[in-house]
Amino acid sequence: MTDSRSPDLECLSLTKRFGAFTAVDDVSFEIPSGSFFSILGPSGCGKTTLMRMIAGFEEPASGDIRIKGKSVIGTPPNRRNVKMVFQHLALFPMMNVAENIAYGLRCRGADKAEITRRVGDVLERIGLPGVETKQIHQLSGGQKQRIAIARCMVLEPDVLLLDEPLGALDLKLRERMKIELKLLQHQFDTTFVYITHDQSEALVMSDRVAVMNAGRFEQIGTPQELYHAPATAFVAGFVGDSSRFSGRVEAGGTILLETGERITAAPRTGTVLPAGTTVDVFVRPDAVAARRPAELSGDAFNRIDGVLDSHLFNGAQSRALVRTGDGRMIEVGYPRPGSSENLAPGEAVALTFTPADTLCFAKKA
Amino acid sequence: MVQKDAQRLALFLLLMPFALWILLLIVLPHLGIGYLSIREKIGPRQYEFGPGNYIDFISEPIYWNTLLRTATMSVLVTVLTLFIGFPVAYYIAKVAGRRSRAGLFLLCLIPLWVSDLVRAFGWIVLLRETGVVSGFLQWTGLVSGPVEFLYNDAAVVIGLIYTVVLFMIVPIVSTLDGMDDALIEAGYNLGGSRWTVLRRIVIPYAMPGIVAGCIVVFMLTAGSYLTPILLGGKNSMWFTEQIYDQFITRYNWESGATFGVVLLAFTSFVVWLGLKLTGQNLANTVAKG
Repeated sequence: MTDSRSPDLECLSLTKRFGAFTAVDDVSFEIPSGSFFSILGPSGCGKTTLMRMIAGFEEPASGDIRIKGKSVIGTPPNRRNVKMVFQHLALFPMMNVAENIAYGLRCRGADKAEITRRVGDVLERIGLPGVETKQIHQLSGGQKQRIAIARCMVLEPDVLLLDEPLGALDLKLRERMKIELKLLQHQFDTTFVYITHDQSEALVMSDRVAVMNAGRFEQIGTPQELYHAPATAFVAGFVGDSSRFSGRVEAGGTILLETGERITAAPRTGTVLPAGTTVDVFVRPDAVAARRPAELSGDAFNRIDGVLDSHLFNGAQSRALVRTGDGRMIEVGYPRPGSSENLAPGEAVALTFTPADTLCFAKKA
Repeated sequence: MVQKDAQRLALFLLLMPFALWILLLIVLPHLGIGYLSIREKIGPRQYEFGPGNYIDFISEPIYWNTLLRTATMSVLVTVLTLFIGFPVAYYIAKVAGRRSRAGLFLLCLIPLWVSDLVRAFGWIVLLRETGVVSGFLQWTGLVSGPVEFLYNDAAVVIGLIYTVVLFMIVPIVSTLDGMDDALIEAGYNLGGSRWTVLRRIVIPYAMPGIVAGCIVVFMLTAGSYLTPILLGGKNSMWFTEQIYDQFITRYNWESGATFGVVLLAFTSFVVWLGLKLTGQNLANTVAKG
């Protein structure tokens, strides 16, 4: 608390190996105080190992972990002021709600009156006053979630780790808990590190997101940066929906797609793709508009021709499915200005998108 | 209708062996023993009903002293077995890897392949005056002459623990097996020391298994016959020995039956007391275990 600019959590070249397998490979990052940080990656990418190292359940092979500027390497898990909400919450079934929350305080040797007061306080803050004497199995999924967070927050940790805690909830509740978690984080003003494989959870809740793949961080940035300016093909493919094309860079900078169309991509800073490079091109569905070819005006757009196959109605997330020349299906955001709503299946359509919305990455050899 | 009848018949046939077992081997013998125990012998072939046998039992200190001694020793064996069995069970369920778990479990079962008699004899070979332990101590020069390790309480307790420890390990392993490792990690994460995690999380979680194990071990120990006789010799003063004496040596079936009823009632009482003292109940234990 002395220096508000110092990061709550810092990892420096953190590496962990299991035999010949490198689970976490030279990962470095720092999380500013009071922010919501997510680590997003597919299962098996090493994110759980990374979290277990921060909590102290695994020892890193090399590198350093600093909490509030102090290295915690060699500090046992029960001495680190990092608390963790487990995937299945790990509430103690043989204790009631108050005993669960009081457990950590009792470990610290707090006296009875203080424990009662602080348990009452924290239950008030999470919006569940008066549930002290309830048994764990009497709570709903969302309530259990909040009790698990309260159990950690009552100890005023420097960092709260959350290991996919929404995974076990049904869809509706998950949507609500996303918002609730974000609000709780604001309320407690504590650094949250959230681990998930669900990109929508990460995008909705986080201040910053790290995308992890095969033990490495691919990119760290705000949700907007990840979505609009992904640094690698993996990030572009993993964060948000996108249609993917293969192509080759031609002399002059245009890209010839396998479907035969020629498109341009706005250059990304710091990368030059020489002619002849094979590339992956990603386009977000909401960046693509489907129009009748006759209705097109001007030619500033990239254009792919196809035939409207069907409408996929899903409320706000409705899409149109378009079959391109090579038989591939592309999802298109819907409805759009110059709407595809009145397009009938079977009609010829032109898909247009701006070069700025065209994300182009050199294909890895 | 036909199907319903068939179902009923199937249920009836399935329950039949169980019902027969309960009736013929549990209920009937106990009724017989209960009947015998309240029958007083007043002359050759002359009997009348009364509590005389029970009064005899109470008025003869050696009888109820033997019973108390048996109960105390059984409680001691149960407690020691718990202390030995719990760490083993914890290791098998939580520390050992998935693959070695089955192997370790099997190793625990090996002693059961050998009969009680042979197992007790194994201890005799080790502990007797001319046995392995005595011989080894003489060979190392720690003692000058042969030492008798058999025929004392320690030998009986060791032998009994060896016979029953498995029945403690199995129920505890099965309860701990169902415990999510995250509970233990959460215990540490929230600031608990090893001792706190053990006392406040692992043991409460394993309680149904511990209680089940303790009941089985206590009942087996209090009702055991071979091990105390073979390892404790004439002085072992085990209550089952008294029952045997009454039935076989003295041919006093009435008295023997009385002792049997008393043993059953007393051990049941001890189990009930144990459950009360630890705040557990049988339904809880059986349902969770």
